[in-house]
Amino acid sequence: MTDTLLISTRKGLFTVARKAKRWEITGGDFLGDNVSLTLTDRRDGRRYAALDHGHFGVKLHRSTANGWEEIATPTYPQKPEGYEENDMWGRPLNWSTARIWALEAGGSDEPGVIWCGTLPGGLFRSSDHGQSWEMMRTLWDHPKRKQWMGGGADLPGIHSICVDPGNSKRVWIAVSTGGVWFSEDGGANWTLRGEGMRAEYAPPESTHDPIAQDVHRLAQCPAATHRMWVQHHNGIFVSSDEGKTFSEISDVEPSTFGFPVVVHPGEPDTAWFVPEIKDEKRIPRDGKLVVSRTRDGGKNFDILTKGLPQSHAYDVVYRHALALCEEGERLAVGSTTGGLWVSEDQGDSWDCVTHTLPPIYAVRFA
Amino acid sequence: MAKIVFTTNIQRHVVCPDAEASGHSVREVLEKVFADNPQARSYVLDDQSALRKHITIFVDGKMIGDRTRLSDPVNETSRIYVFQALSGG
Repeated sequence: MTDTLLISTRKGLFTVARKAKRWEITGGDFLGDNVSLTLTDRRDGRRYAALDHGHFGVKLHRSTANGWEEIATPTYPQKPEGYEENDMWGRPLNWSTARIWALEAGGSDEPGVIWCGTLPGGLFRSSDHGQSWEMMRTLWDHPKRKQWMGGGADLPGIHSICVDPGNSKRVWIAVSTGGVWFSEDGGANWTLRGEGMRAEYAPPESTHDPIAQDVHRLAQCPAATHRMWVQHHNGIFVSSDEGKTFSEISDVEPSTFGFPVVVHPGEPDTAWFVPEIKDEKRIPRDGKLVVSRTRDGGKNFDILTKGLPQSHAYDVVYRHALALCEEGERLAVGSTTGGLWVSEDQGDSWDCVTHTLPPIYAVRFA
Repeated sequence: MAKIVFTTNIQRHVVCPDAEASGHSVREVLEKVFADNPQARSYVLDDQSALRKHITIFVDGKMIGDRTRLSDPVNETSRIYVFQALSGG
C-alpha cells in the first residue's frame, strides 16, 4: 500500500508521507508556482507534474533521479489560415494549451504511453513518457466538439480519462462541458455516450442531450469496467453499461452537488463523494465538511464525519482532490482552504494532516 | 543589430540572457533568438506563435501593436524588451 501522497496546490507541489502511522509533509517542489495536477506512472515509477506559470504558460515536468526536468508540453496544431472559431463568449478560440486538466497512464501493455486532457478541449497522447505528444485530431476535429462549452472554467476542458485495464485501446474521457466520450481504437475514432444524464441548467430541448452534460468527474471501476460513476453539475449518475446510459441517484443527503467521485477498485457499488450545498452555494452544508459513501450502488449513503471539521468549515474539494489508493482502503481529501485529511478505513475516520497548505487542486497517491 | 532584453522574472524558469539579432520585425528578431534558445520560445509565445496573453514587448520604448504576427518594425539600433504584463497578476 502506498505511503506517499502528492498534493498539487496554488503555490507548489507537496509530498506527504506516512511515518510511524502518521501522515506528515515531507517535501515541497516548485514552491511559489501553480501546480495543477500530477501523475505517478506505476509501470515505471516516473512522476509527472503540470505547472501553470500564468504569464509564461503551461509547462510539464517529469521526475528524474535528482529532481525534475521540463519535458514537452502538449501543443495545439497551427490553426489553418483563415479558419475562424469562436468560444461560447464569441471571442476567437485560441488553439493553445490553457491548462493541463487530466493526466493518466496508458495500459500495462503500453509502456511509456501517457494521456493528457487539456483546456480548451484537446486530448493528447504520448508514447515516449512525455517527450512528445500527439493530438487526437479526430476528437478535436469532431463536429460536435465545437458544441463543448465552459464549465469548470471559461473554456471547455477534459478532466477525466479512463483506460480499460483489460484493453488499452478502449478509452473514455469526460468533458466539462461536453459529456462522456468513448474510443475503442486507441483514440482514432470517438463516439458520444452518456444517455440518461440530465442538465437542469439547459433549456428543455437539450436537457437530456448527452453533449450538454457538465460532468464534473468520471470514475470507472477497474475490476468491473461496465460500472462508471459521474459527479455531475446537478447530480450523481451511475452507469452499468460502460457509460452508454446513466441513471440518476437522487434524494441523497446532504446534497448531490459536488466535484469529485472515486470508486472502489474491486467493488463497483462502492463510491465516495464530497457534497457541497449546490452550484450557486459551493460550501459544505451547515459548515460541516463531510464525505458521502455508498456501498450498494447508490441506494444508500453513509455520511462520514469523524475527524472532519464540523463547524465553520467552508472547504471546497475540487474534482481531482479526492483520492483513493489502489487497494481501496486509504482515502485523502484536499480542500481549497488548504486542509488535507487522510482516512485509512475507507472514510470511517479521518486525520487532519494540515490545514495551512495553499489552495489544493489535486491529491493523488504516489 | 537589435538588442533584446528579457524580464528577470523569466530567468528562474529558463535562462534568457540579453541577446543581439538582426531583423526587420519583432518576429524576425525573436525567431533568431529562439533558434539559439529553443526552450525559451514557449515561455514567450503560445501554441499559435502569438505573444502570450500576459507578456508585453516594447520596441524603443513603445509597446508593440501586433501581438499575433509580431510585425512591428525593428531597426539595427532598436532595443527590444520582453516583459511580463501586470495584467497577469
